[in-house]
Amino acid sequence: MTATADKPAAEAVELVTLTIDGTEVSVPKGTLIIRAAEQVGIEIPRFCDHPALKPAGACRQCLVDVASPGPDGNLRAFPKPQASCTMTVTPGMVVNTQHTSEEADRAQKGVLELLLINHPLDCPVCDKGGECPLQNQAMSHGRPESRFVDVKRVFEKPLALSSEILLDRERCVLCQRCTRFSKEIAGDAFIDLQNRGARQQIGTFDEDVLDFDGYRPVGAAAEDEAGRAFSSYYSGNTVQICPVGALTSAAYRFRSRPFDLVSSPSIAEHDSSGAAIRIDHRRGTVMRRLAENDPVVNEDWITDKDRFAFTWQNLDDRLTRPLIRKDGELVEASWPEALAAAAAGIRAATAPVEGDDAVAGARGTGVLVGGRVTLEDAYAYQKFARAVLGTNDVDARARVASEEEQSFLGATVAGTGLGVTFGELEKAPVVVLVGFEAEDEGGVVFLRLRKSLGRQRVVAVAPFLTRGAQKLDATLVPTVPGREPGALADLPADVREALAQPGAVIVLGERAAEAKGTFTAALDLASSTGARLAWIPRRAGERGAVEAGALPGLLPGGRAVSSKAARAAVAQAWGVDSLPSAAGRDTAGILAAAAEGGIGALVVGGVSASDLTADVEAALAATGFVVSLEVRRSEIAQAADVVLPVAPPSEKSGTFVNWEGRLRSFATAIHTDAMSDHRVLDLLAREWGVELGTATVESVNAELAALGAAGEGSGPPRRPPSRHAPPSPRRAPRCSRRGTSWSTRARSRTASRTSRAPAASPWPACRRRPRTRLESRAP
Amino acid sequence: MSGSDEVWKVNRERDGKRETFESNLPKKGPIGEALAPVAGFGVSLRNFFRPTVTEQYPRVKTPPMQRYHGRHQLNRHPDGLEKCIGCELCAWACPADAIYVEADSNTPEHQVSPGERYGRVYQINYLRCIFCGLCIEACPTRALTMTNEYELAGPTREGLIYEKQDLLAPMGANMLAAPHPMVPGTTDGSYYRGEVTGPVKEQVEWVREQRPEDPTLPENRAKEPATEEARRG
Ligand code: SF4
Ligand code: SF4
Ligand code: SF4
Ligand code: FES
Repeated sequence: MTATADKPAAEAVELVTLTIDGTEVSVPKGTLIIRAAEQVGIEIPRFCDHPALKPAGACRQCLVDVASPGPDGNLRAFPKPQASCTMTVTPGMVVNTQHTSEEADRAQKGVLELLLINHPLDCPVCDKGGECPLQNQAMSHGRPESRFVDVKRVFEKPLALSSEILLDRERCVLCQRCTRFSKEIAGDAFIDLQNRGARQQIGTFDEDVLDFDGYRPVGAAAEDEAGRAFSSYYSGNTVQICPVGALTSAAYRFRSRPFDLVSSPSIAEHDSSGAAIRIDHRRGTVMRRLAENDPVVNEDWITDKDRFAFTWQNLDDRLTRPLIRKDGELVEASWPEALAAAAAGIRAATAPVEGDDAVAGARGTGVLVGGRVTLEDAYAYQKFARAVLGTNDVDARARVASEEEQSFLGATVAGTGLGVTFGELEKAPVVVLVGFEAEDEGGVVFLRLRKSLGRQRVVAVAPFLTRGAQKLDATLVPTVPGREPGALADLPADVREALAQPGAVIVLGERAAEAKGTFTAALDLASSTGARLAWIPRRAGERGAVEAGALPGLLPGGRAVSSKAARAAVAQAWGVDSLPSAAGRDTAGILAAAAEGGIGALVVGGVSASDLTADVEAALAATGFVVSLEVRRSEIAQAADVVLPVAPPSEKSGTFVNWEGRLRSFATAIHTDAMSDHRVLDLLAREWGVELGTATVESVNAELAALGAAGEGSGPPRRPPSRHAPPSPRRAPRCSRRGTSWSTRARSRTASRTSRAPAASPWPACRRRPRTRLESRAP
Repeated sequence: MSGSDEVWKVNRERDGKRETFESNLPKKGPIGEALAPVAGFGVSLRNFFRPTVTEQYPRVKTPPMQRYHGRHQLNRHPDGLEKCIGCELCAWACPADAIYVEADSNTPEHQVSPGERYGRVYQINYLRCIFCGLCIEACPTRALTMTNEYELAGPTREGLIYEKQDLLAPMGANMLAAPHPMVPGTTDGSYYRGEVTGPVKEQVEWVREQRPEDPTLPENRAKEPATEEARRG
């Protein structure tokens, strides 16, 4: 279901009492019969009904006998069985399902037989076989034999709707779940019902079909209903909700059967939403990824990126052993050899050059983290930079970044715990998007905004209304790129007024860093109107990196490098004498310095050259020594002197912090001997004789917990809280199913002393996702 | 009182009575009683004069009963296409988890079985198989059957994992080795209904064009009569 956990305590609801199969049940007014039956454990077969979609009554599988009291108070039965997924309960209603009514049972069996008339019954070659509602319900509620002896309707199959989605029209039961999802949830009606009667089918838009003369097969996917090129960011969800094998995934085609798969719950790594997913793998290879239901984050849906972009980690260029450059060639080496070579190389490249003081002083080191690593990894990178390399030149923002953005992040994002949530974003009366394209950058954020279509006003401060913004029915505040601050300063009066409503939200995207002054303007706007601010970056690791202090000017927990007290506190926690105090450079600064030969050694994490506008190739070439921590032989790995292989997200555990500030921890899905970045850095630090203490996720979490959020005076100056904002960043802990507020962290130091060591976890109650393995085959 | 008390009482009563064992074999007469200690030799004596049943395995191999559950075989359609569609139903049915299947898509350039899907990887682990035949019952296309072959022993574990090429039925006299296109104008249904009886001209031509050396082409068959035996290996 799609209830949000962020709901305030339920108001008194009007209850309706009815009888289902002789059991009395009271449910809130407006509940559908099928849902009421679920509450008393009675299952009614269904195909088209989906809790997140509006009722359609398309398949007729859920027929039940219904009688309700007439005006005279006497029970009056409906003349025919009724669809329980479209009828709401009324007081005194008496419902008899297939369990108690022969009539309903007969009706259901008849419907199922009819649905199977044109079905090809090709379960042995169908990808849905073994997990198919049609197969299951035909077994549980169907007739054993069909009476249909004629020739079945045939269609050409499979039809490629897109590169990822295949349609088999013969198997379709016309439940319209897919078309309803596309229209209601995603807003891309890229498929629709076409033709009528026995020829009725799902298909892509095609002029020839709409204008058909007799029957013609639907052509290849080209354009959607409105004649625009096919594009949907969420089309994969239709594959998951199709109750038969009509819509299947090209990537999963004939790859395996449900009983072959081991399912591991995880968190998607492709955007900052932290969507819950299920990774299905067979013999150590990921076969597919599905959306998991998480009411507070992604509800039932994920983006196509999160669903289909998983093959990258098993390609031929995957690194499994460390590489060392010998005579200009990268050759495989053992771990001890590679670690020693990396340390020796960094030392040699940064050693003071005799008689050249100027150069010696400038030849520092830099650490580029990339925005894709987990919280634990980001913490290890910055600790490695500060405690081992002695530099603040560490930056996780492999994108356009600015000093202003960093102060903003330090002051209003880092260490503030759960801020604006998905639920609050959905309920916000008005949302202003600045430098943020929800559909493209936000993943499921877009679906939440679209869910409130008609109830919410979306204002886009952008050069033009994009397709995504149009789907949100957004109003445009036109501005040329770079002039956002001005646009925010003189927003139309009505928008400004709307922002003063309680719950209004201003969303700042990653591109807000491109225009100088945008953050200041947004903060001014927020404090003058009382609207809340949400920073939604693009990459999964960005928020975690901010929390972990993997930014040049930020220490863990939102402490400022410039604050002496903060440096001392962190140095004490780490057991080092002092932390570097010189101001660090951001990614662009580090690369610019490197290009001029000012950087002796670079440690590069999850960065790819295409992330950056700078000439990475030239910068790496001019750097004395480059160590790359990579999953694959990327461009940067190829240019490095030592390459240390690290684990992709499915082969490690860790935590992504999503844009809300919610901790999204995930366990290892596939156990291999690949190591996480934080473990590799821990090993590397030993070459300097430094105990980094980041060998395990637990030890990093314990350290983060011990550090806690910045105390008063050690963080960057904070702005007074805005009118409708929560009074203080340290709110009561808010513990959801899979994530909790950061606020518990401040206290957990004391907590950890009193509780079992070393359980100094910052997130005591619900830190880690259950390590259950949902094996499809019963043990 | 309670039932258990009753049981306890009955048991105690029964302890008192000692029942003597009484055989229900027919009682022997006095002579029978006297010869009883050596009666067993009669059995040996009788068998001296019977034909022997010793089998001279492995010098002489006796065929087992016709429906003996021996090594599996993956059958072919009359035109040489494989019957297995890689559905994994056999793997699903197998109580010993002895079968491993990976399927793949048939393409016009690489049509291995009729229809959309074929079994790319097919393995039976004879260290696990208990020869129950449930896989045979599960197979929807009659691709999997069992032969009478019972010599399934070997020195290595790997050697007892039979791959698809070890399990595939030998090419029949008329068959054309897969991959090649289906008979024009047919669907997978035609194959299952037995409407395809052998390779047609188009298929032979296709193979001739793609793999002129293929030993199952009519012209190559004539040259190499021993190929079939060699293929059986
Ligand atoms: S393709 Fe699937 S989801 Fe869409 S109408 Fe057909 S059966 Fe329903
Ligand atoms: S005969 Fe039985 S044990 Fe052997 S492979 Fe078939 S199903 Fe498995
Ligand atoms: S042998 Fe039969 S049951 Fe097994 S995969 Fe092939 S077609 Fe399916
Ligand atoms: S589930 Fe009720 S009509 Fe389809």
